[in-house]
Amino acid sequence: MELDNTMLARILTSLTLGFHIIFAAMGVGIPVIISIAEWLGIRRKDPMYTLMARRWVKGFTVTVAVGVVTGTCIGLQLSLLWPSFMKVAGEAIALPLFLETFAFFFEAIFLGIYLYTWDRFKNPYIHWLFSIPVVIGSTASAFFIMTVNAFMNAPQGFTLANGAIVDVQPLTAMFNPATPTKAGHMILSSYATSAFILAAIAAWKLLKGNRHEYYRKALHFTVALALLFSFGTALYGDFAGKYLAKYQPAKLAAAEWHFETKPQAELIFGGVLDRETLEVKGAVKLPYALSILATGSPNGEVMGLDQIPRELWPPLVIHYFFDGMVAIGMYMLVVPLLYFAVRRWKKGNVPRPLLHAIFWGAPLSILAIELGWIFSEIGRQPWILVGYMKTQHAATTADNVGEMLVMFSLMYAFLAIVCSLVLKRMFKNKPIEAELK
Amino acid sequence: MALETLAITVLWIFLYGYIIIASIDFGAGFFSFFCKVTRRDHIVNAIIERYLSPVWEVTNVFLIFFMVGLIGFFPDTAYYYGTALLVPGSIFLVLQSLRGSFYAFAHYGARNSTAYLFVYGVTGLFIPASLSTVLTISEGGYIEQMAGGEIVLNMGKLLTSSYSWSVVALALVSVLYISASFLTFYADRAKDTAAVKLLRSFAIAWSLPTIFASFLVFLSIHRHNPEHFDKMMDISWLFLLSFACFCGALALQLQKRSYGWAFILVMLQFAFAFFGYGMAHLPYLLYPYITITDSINSPAMGKALVIGLIAGLFLLIPSLLLLLKLFLFDAKYVQGRPIQK
Repeated sequence: MELDNTMLARILTSLTLGFHIIFAAMGVGIPVIISIAEWLGIRRKDPMYTLMARRWVKGFTVTVAVGVVTGTCIGLQLSLLWPSFMKVAGEAIALPLFLETFAFFFEAIFLGIYLYTWDRFKNPYIHWLFSIPVVIGSTASAFFIMTVNAFMNAPQGFTLANGAIVDVQPLTAMFNPATPTKAGHMILSSYATSAFILAAIAAWKLLKGNRHEYYRKALHFTVALALLFSFGTALYGDFAGKYLAKYQPAKLAAAEWHFETKPQAELIFGGVLDRETLEVKGAVKLPYALSILATGSPNGEVMGLDQIPRELWPPLVIHYFFDGMVAIGMYMLVVPLLYFAVRRWKKGNVPRPLLHAIFWGAPLSILAIELGWIFSEIGRQPWILVGYMKTQHAATTADNVGEMLVMFSLMYAFLAIVCSLVLKRMFKNKPIEAELK
Repeated sequence: MALETLAITVLWIFLYGYIIIASIDFGAGFFSFFCKVTRRDHIVNAIIERYLSPVWEVTNVFLIFFMVGLIGFFPDTAYYYGTALLVPGSIFLVLQSLRGSFYAFAHYGARNSTAYLFVYGVTGLFIPASLSTVLTISEGGYIEQMAGGEIVLNMGKLLTSSYSWSVVALALVSVLYISASFLTFYADRAKDTAAVKLLRSFAIAWSLPTIFASFLVFLSIHRHNPEHFDKMMDISWLFLLSFACFCGALALQLQKRSYGWAFILVMLQFAFAFFGYGMAHLPYLLYPYITITDSINSPAMGKALVIGLIAGLFLLIPSLLLLLKLFLFDAKYVQGRPIQK
């Protein structure tokens, strides 16, 4: 690997995105869960749910702050590291970027209002209403940003004439074929991950021996949401497979190590690739599964890498990222199902191993989001704008990218440490019993 | 109105909005830290906190709106400024990241930590300094396009230029002046006489340095970019109005009355000067490479952005008014009394 400007810019972008996405996913998902909890609390007149909303939103303010500042970083870094690409983006896909700032405005304003108007109104539903614009704003932000990423994968809505972009159709560019699956899969996985993070806190407390009703209710509530959202994520993952087969077959084929175009294609899980002979050893092979994922039929034909010129193959390593993401996705579906089955069977008791499994769902779901992004971004290579602009032609020509990489790495490490310490201290000093009085 | 004129006007209004509310925020951070060190934090910090808590996140969005809007309406700016500003832009990002997260850490996590307040207060002075250099660079002479087409920022020239430093000085003193003027008004609404007394003394202390730094910038624009200076002279009435507003604000503050009007005059002082500066800067976005007429986006995208803008403003303006109503014009909230409607 040569550390030229392109590679350094890629590493720095992935570092910022990789750090930001954790907080961004929570920023999209946690408001939804808080809003539902507050509503349940009012409707059932159950102070436990109201307290969940209150406690979660306190921690949320800290993570949202990190999300906002790192979001500013990636927003500006796109122009600093990929100036040629952003010029094209400005010409063809500026609309959703611009709309995203409005969504963000909306979210920021109402988050401020939501945080500082608890107990200000006699009718508790008025305060709850302020959570709705926060939910709409954050999910709309995610949607608009995902349309831009979708555009990078499936550009349309413009014509290239003599190197200039003409005949722009902003809505066609925005609603490109990749938009539904990209946005749906990311938004739902943010919801699912957020549910697992909040479930993990409750599971942790129960494992530590705290038998308070608050934690049992919180666990039940968040695991139920985790099941719902994980199911939605998996469904959209399936749609995304079909999208890839149709519009970006190279990405799917590379992810599946699918070299030969054929019907009744098997899905390869794990394994080791011989780079010379392109033979796969030690993999689990699920017959027909790839055809089903790609076309919805066991007999469907799936294009292999044999149809694609070698220099346009995405790096084959993405197979592992893809498999990791899918495996964790299954875990996120199975664990909540097990929870409901066991709970029914054991009459309300949750055994410790299951609590451990729920706890690990939080770091694993974050890992799945990271793996999914790495898969998607490396899988788009060598293109930054598929079919139009290669990554190496988009990177900045400025000096000092390496130094900036070091500076940002130090900052993210520092923020990660301080943020964890602050969150830990916030709740250690405020046990649930003290807040319930 | 031509699309490019409409676009730059809207962007300039948002940048002006950012300058005002970000100055309040940056200055407030510095005052909290300064008062903490000089053991006067009990006088002002409650006031500062009550104002900043609900609005800090909104401040950031104004800047992002400006940047994204600039790239959307004038895509060439992404290429030129993006390439040239890698280092200063990254330094700005690190500062704003530290500041934003430390605000949340200090506010929600560890109250009364002097170290956190230090990071928060001092970055609040470095950020306007680093941002103001973008305006300096836009005057031309610091970015050069080489024969091969690549764009280079001459950092040595930027750091040794007297123009650049006079702009930094103006940015710093303006931040403190705007912030102190606003906080005096806010403390007055809260009927907190001790805080009013202290904050008013800050406002008065920073008023003359602000006007002095403004003259300095005027003179150095004359030396650095005579074309821009001549255009500013053509609309000199705007700058005279700005000066008149300054005198009015200072007179009110000295007489200890109408702090609200005084702050409005301060806002007008900066509005006249900022729009005068901006109008004279046109048509250039970057001397001599980018003008608004050459770099404006296609009519199709322009139309889509304008429609998006109008729809967005319908959402944004009522929301902002609600925010102001709840936290700025609600006397009980401002005074920190319990509210139950």
